Amino acid sequence: MKKKKKHLLPGFGLSLGYTLVYLSLIVLIPLAAVFLRSAELGPSEFWAVVTTPRVLATYRLTFGASLIAALINLVFGLLTAWVLVRYQFFGKKVLDALVDLPFALPTAVAGISLTAIYAPNGWLGQWLEPHGIKVAFTPLGVVVALTFIGLPFVVRTVQPILEDFSAEAEEAAASLGANRWQTFYKIILPAIWPALLTGFSLAFARAVGEYGSVIFIAGNMPMVSEITPLMIITKLEQYDYAGATAIAVVMLVISFALLLIINLLQWWSSHRHGNRA
Amino acid sequence: MHQTQFQQYHGKVALKRATSEPPWVRRLLLALAFAFLGLFLLLPLAAVFSEALRKGWDVYLAAITESDAVSAMQLTLIAALIAVPLNLVFGVAAAWAIAKFEFKGKSFLITLIDLPFAVSPVIAGLIFVLIFGLQGWFGEWLIDHDIKVVFAVPGIVLATIFVTFPFVARELIPLMQAQGKEEEEAALVLGASGWKMLWHVTLPNVKWGLIYGVILTNARAMGEFGAVSVVSGHIRGLTNTMPLHVEILYNEYNYAAAFAVASLLTLLALVTLILKTYVEWQASQSAADNEQEVTV
Repeated sequence: MKKKKKHLLPGFGLSLGYTLVYLSLIVLIPLAAVFLRSAELGPSEFWAVVTTPRVLATYRLTFGASLIAALINLVFGLLTAWVLVRYQFFGKKVLDALVDLPFALPTAVAGISLTAIYAPNGWLGQWLEPHGIKVAFTPLGVVVALTFIGLPFVVRTVQPILEDFSAEAEEAAASLGANRWQTFYKIILPAIWPALLTGFSLAFARAVGEYGSVIFIAGNMPMVSEITPLMIITKLEQYDYAGATAIAVVMLVISFALLLIINLLQWWSSHRHGNRA
Repeated sequence: MHQTQFQQYHGKVALKRATSEPPWVRRLLLALAFAFLGLFLLLPLAAVFSEALRKGWDVYLAAITESDAVSAMQLTLIAALIAVPLNLVFGVAAAWAIAKFEFKGKSFLITLIDLPFAVSPVIAGLIFVLIFGLQGWFGEWLIDHDIKVVFAVPGIVLATIFVTFPFVARELIPLMQAQGKEEEEAALVLGASGWKMLWHVTLPNVKWGLIYGVILTNARAMGEFGAVSVVSGHIRGLTNTMPLHVEILYNEYNYAAAFAVASLLTLLALVTLILKTYVEWQASQSAADNEQEVTV
């Protein structure tokens, strides 16, 4: 083995040092503040705050609605990616660009716009309401908002894998007698599975923390249509900093666990497809 | 080779049939995708403009030229003008260290840079209240020195920096990694200084990734709602950004004005998408050019 080569390029110390200082000041120290402040509550007090019935109801809604929205996006995201990669149709480029709209559109705008559509007198609300389907100001509205917010994730993770998928594998399957559905199920789906899961988890993680688009359409009724991030705001407005911090810690721990899972999935995905640049 | 044309033709048809869906399935899938995207993308987009113009152009123009709306626009611009350059410099520094050097804990560092994406915007606001707020770590010190951070512009800027933190770094790291270090090393061997190399070799090479990151950072900075809402204090004309102004108008049942301001943010989003598509196209062009140079 050769001795370690000295860095030829300059600026390692400066760039890494700056990165670490800036990262600490903006992200790490402020995030640590949440954990340190929550320690001011004793363990039993902390537990009591984060498990009151009203707070438990917000977890159920936040995680339940996020799960449903991410599942909707799993199915329709795959469908959208498939259609954008495999089919030719008028306006395809525009539609492809529009898929990123939920990333670009401010969440508050999405919130009021969806509310206007699904309100009892809105474009869709006026047709749904007589059939007993209430969307705005109910948990269903939360699902709609979270579906919008998570829409691009599955499309954008699956699209490149589908584009790179070699036609040979499909042709081989077909020439061995597989029908179209078998080819999809046994050849294509396993190849895009890690990407699908990654997109699903990204959409889910984003939905769990989402605030802006949800609060307008949710109606925010305690025990019914209140999401966890709103609970933090409510506590803050009552100057209950300790309570807000405790709930924030619960959310952060769950978010970090999700981030870990997503990283593992991406690692899995890139290793299965070889190390492409 | 021994196949006749007839056999080849039939082989192709059979292959096409086996590797693509029957026409009715195609049509069904297309219809479902259109329905989904129409419902979740086009309809909300149309609703914003329709609601904004419901009471006519006069009301629309009045809503976006009113003084509180104008000061909200100014604050949104200020926050973006501070957050974007700071995160741009950070992104270049982080990408340089991570892409061009080997060191321990690199992938952990990348995960840490990604953290703000995993944090709820509300918590992003909360952390700065916990540090700089009245009951915060520096609360008393700040009062003694008459400095306002929370419920004032600095808090809004900090929250904006936090939520847009990873964008530029995330675009640049894979790009710089893919480009290797030969060109920079060549520049140094030829006698360029470090900064000269950065300015004339590294940055031009990652130009499109850089612009892409800036576009995303700017869109998020101008549109951020949750984080900014926690630290703003919602003081009209003073600490209201455009998205917060939309909320206030909406909660006052002033829907036409709320949607008028929202329509400006929607236009910003559409411009962002157009620029993004253009930059992606340019980047793929220049990547194709590079490949051609290599083969020639």
